[in-house]
Amino acid sequence: MLKTFPKGGIHPPENKLTSSKPIQRLPVPKVVYVPIAQHIGIPAEIVVDRKDKVDIGQVIAKSGGFVSSNIHSPVAGTVTKLDMIVDSTGYKKQCIVIRTDAKNASNFVETEYPLKKEIELEPQEILQRISDYGIVGLGGATFPSHVKLNIKADKKIDCLIINGVECEPYLTADHRLMLEKAEEILMGIQILMYALNVPRAIIGIENNKKDAIETFKKLMLQEPKIQVAALQVKYPQGGEKQLVRALLKREVPKNGLPLDVGVIVHNVGTIFAIYQAVQHNKPLIERVVTVTGKKMGKASNFWVKIGTPIKDLITEVGGMPEGTRKIVNGGPMMGKALKNTDVPVTKGTSGILVISEDEASRGETKPCIRCGECVSVCPMGLEPHLLMNLSEKGMFEHAGQEDILTCIECGSCSYVCPSHRPLLDYIRFGKSIVKKLDVSKN
Amino acid sequence: MDSPPIVISASPHVHSDRTSKRIMYDVVIAMVPAFLVSLYVFGINAFIATATAVVSCLLFEYLIQKYLLKAEITIADGSALITGILLAFNLPAGLPIWMIIVGSLVAIGIAKLSFGGLGYNIFNPALVGRVFLLVSFPVQMTLWPTAVENNTTLADAVTGATTLGIIKDGLQFGGTMTELSAQLPSHLNLFLGITGGSLGEMSALALLLGGLYLIARKVITWHIPVAVLGTLALMTGIFWWADSEQYANPLIHVLSGGAILGAFYMATDLVTSPVTKKGMLIFAIGIGVITVIIRLFGSYPEGISFAILIMNAFVPLINKYFKPRRFGSKIKAKIV
Repeated sequence: MLKTFPKGGIHPPENKLTSSKPIQRLPVPKVVYVPIAQHIGIPAEIVVDRKDKVDIGQVIAKSGGFVSSNIHSPVAGTVTKLDMIVDSTGYKKQCIVIRTDAKNASNFVETEYPLKKEIELEPQEILQRISDYGIVGLGGATFPSHVKLNIKADKKIDCLIINGVECEPYLTADHRLMLEKAEEILMGIQILMYALNVPRAIIGIENNKKDAIETFKKLMLQEPKIQVAALQVKYPQGGEKQLVRALLKREVPKNGLPLDVGVIVHNVGTIFAIYQAVQHNKPLIERVVTVTGKKMGKASNFWVKIGTPIKDLITEVGGMPEGTRKIVNGGPMMGKALKNTDVPVTKGTSGILVISEDEASRGETKPCIRCGECVSVCPMGLEPHLLMNLSEKGMFEHAGQEDILTCIECGSCSYVCPSHRPLLDYIRFGKSIVKKLDVSKN
Repeated sequence: MDSPPIVISASPHVHSDRTSKRIMYDVVIAMVPAFLVSLYVFGINAFIATATAVVSCLLFEYLIQKYLLKAEITIADGSALITGILLAFNLPAGLPIWMIIVGSLVAIGIAKLSFGGLGYNIFNPALVGRVFLLVSFPVQMTLWPTAVENNTTLADAVTGATTLGIIKDGLQFGGTMTELSAQLPSHLNLFLGITGGSLGEMSALALLLGGLYLIARKVITWHIPVAVLGTLALMTGIFWWADSEQYANPLIHVLSGGAILGAFYMATDLVTSPVTKKGMLIFAIGIGVITVIIRLFGSYPEGISFAILIMNAFVPLINKYFKPRRFGSKIKAKIV
């Protein structure tokens, strides 16, 4: 029996159309739009001005606090504007517009480095590097990595978990990265183990990526401290709490973090970014993005500079297919629907999914028939139908008592509801109010 | 890009292909084998009773929604169809047609629509209709045309008591199980449906077939049927073991009197049963216990209808107190 988390979960069609497509390099865009709020926490502060010339990798916005992150210029060029543009949240956000210098060779250097195995930095320098070089969680949550790695003296970490689950349907960015950069990822894991003095690491990969599991298994014969674990395919196994439970049988406490059970979880993409930052002095200025959709003829995976407009990606795969009704930033379960394709790729963009007519709209909402399906699929042991009712009726205190805030918004409840009820929509609404109530109480 | 407009909605952006309608029609499909058996045993009367119940349930739902509630018409969602079939399954073949129509009105009008329609009713509508008829017309409701072995068309059917009725009356008048056994159908006949009883409760085999279909299609889970029948078998088994002359064996209890019909098709009604597995088990054990008490000590020979309705009333309470375990709650810190 393969490992998995015991409570809840669903099996949506995988639709991993691009898992055999090597990561291609997207041509350098003429203009990049770099938002200053690409991570969870405080937005970065702009440190360049209009008409400034910037180098590739230069800091253009400085971390605005502890839970924040530096932002680096993805290209060498000239700042043309400090503008407000619509980002993937749908809101207008501040952003730095840079015109790429077509004559500057550094923009076109293939930034593929030979594997470097010697770690030259001291642990403290490594952690500083991760913070300085703008590394945030690339699995989608974009939590600044140095915050996760800042472990107080009273906490002891005995295991580092590497999240290679990629449980969202369609997305294959992490899968391809594991196949193509396995040695670098292993090196990144060793760097972190060294920096944090952690005795062991486990890479968790779902069993629909057997080639990635095999790749790591072969490489790891020389590395007994790092294990690779094949997991049953089940959404949302990529959720931190579910993954820790699946791999170690440890349950992260209700309002706690993996840290509370001695674990740190990092996505494979983040590990690769850490490797590049530490070994090759490369800040986080590009990432892997899966561009996909059932009608997308040339769907594939790409290395994309942060700030590249999404329309450039769509053009690269042959343009918007006929009948497109929805464009999603991320996967189909947790991604955000976009208003247009001017939105730039940010540190959290793991995929662009194009959905056509037949799947774009929701079914008609019918009365709840109390089938209990939402309860049985909820990985957090919540009662989505009840939480929706409480939110709908404005009973927020009660919703708080029913643990509405522990919802991870995986969407499994809305996915299975046979009456097409907008469960998660109401739960999100309820959460936002309950959070405010909690704040005003404290 | 500009036309047609882009849809912007919150995640998730995909949905499973399971719909309420499909669930309802799966239940209808699951009842087909039992319906065929009733046609075989009771002939045209079974058809007339079922058709009457179905048509009047649909018609009453339509009329009430259109003229009384002025609400959306929902007769196509399949739920009224199920109520109609289940009501017919719980009636003796040959019941006067007007009584079936009255039962349908009570089921749809009172038990379902006055509570707010599909999803809001507390009690199983078909059972409310059935119990209403049973207490209003006790004579007609216990007039059972019986299929006789090897002679199973309506013309040759005679009117007789049900298995549980024979046992109840026989034991009350001082008989013992050994004396009564001659009047009882064999276990095999009970299993196949060659016995007396309501339309749909005849053949345990046909009902189990449909029940397995429901489990395979994930419309229901095993929890309620297994716990209802398990409790029934266990409790009647204990009494039988203590005194096999005064109590029928558990196999008779499980195979007769609509126990299987109730356990698979009515206790499992999604709307009127608990949402958690734990809750389902409590609910089902309750049904089993009440059924046994009514059968062995009550004045009715059969009690599962009452048992389900009584436990229906406890469902909100069960849902409140038997919650799923929240992830990360009450755990001991376990750091290796």
